[in-house]
Amino acid sequence: MSARANTLLLGAAALIIAAPLVLNPAGQFGGTDDAASQVVESSNPGYEKWTAPFWQPSKEIEGLLFALQAAFGAGLLGYVIGRRHGRRDK
Amino acid sequence: MHIMEGFLPAGHAVAWTCISAPFVVAGARSLKRILAERPEARLNIAASAGFTFVLSALKLPSVTGSCSHPTGTALGAMQFGPGIMAVIGAIVLLFQGLLLAHGGLSTMGANVFSMAIAGPWVAYGVWTLAGRLGAPVAVAVFLSAFLGDLATYVVTSAQLAAAFPDAESGFVGAFAKFGGIFAITQLPLAVAEGLVTVVVMNALSSRTPRIEGAKA
Repeated sequence: MSARANTLLLGAAALIIAAPLVLNPAGQFGGTDDAASQVVESSNPGYEKWTAPFWQPSKEIEGLLFALQAAFGAGLLGYVIGRRHGRRDK
Repeated sequence: MHIMEGFLPAGHAVAWTCISAPFVVAGARSLKRILAERPEARLNIAASAGFTFVLSALKLPSVTGSCSHPTGTALGAMQFGPGIMAVIGAIVLLFQGLLLAHGGLSTMGANVFSMAIAGPWVAYGVWTLAGRLGAPVAVAVFLSAFLGDLATYVVTSAQLAAAFPDAESGFVGAFAKFGGIFAITQLPLAVAEGLVTVVVMNALSSRTPRIEGAKA
């Protein structure tokens, strides 16, 4: 596939991700995990959580760890694609 | 798509762990065999793992006004079969469960089943079927990633519905409720994941002689 097709595909993906912010500016954009947890709590008031996370990072530290996870993955992916590219150019 | 720590009754948590564990063990064996037989596969396995790490760290906005993340598990499943993704997905979920309090240890079995087993198996099945039907590679990759991603969230909805059936409408009613949270949010995100996976698959395969097992 051509570079042009790749650009189009990535552009379309970016649009899909950006669109909600424009179309639904009033949205809370909370996590679905939390939304589901709230549904469980409200529809099953008798249910008692029997475990809890033994460690809960603060918002800032959570951001840091998510960034690290993404950076690690992107680095790995970029390394491999870069190597493949380099091999062809040799 | 994580079920949060403590949000599965103990019986369900244990059951999902028992169901998932054999898949992870079989996946580890499969991974070992692939690495021994085809050392050159190392790079693309690393890329597949990297893809899953990145995508599952990205919490993206959806039209429903809430955020969710893609899974990225189809890329590896298409190239190396769904087995190895059970291992890679479990590692990602362990990272998020232990360090980020996203998901949790008690719900690990259920989360591994939805993201690291069901998703990759659906992705692999769609990829194989599309290949047999003669679909163009790009279309097959897109459908595989799209449906694999969506399957993860449908399974999560079913897991929660099984644990918390609706008082009146039972499993079906609860499934519709949780599906409304997870699957609807995920629809556009799964499309985006499908598109990005086509690009990455392209980047990984077009510059090499041939990815083993991929019909590129």
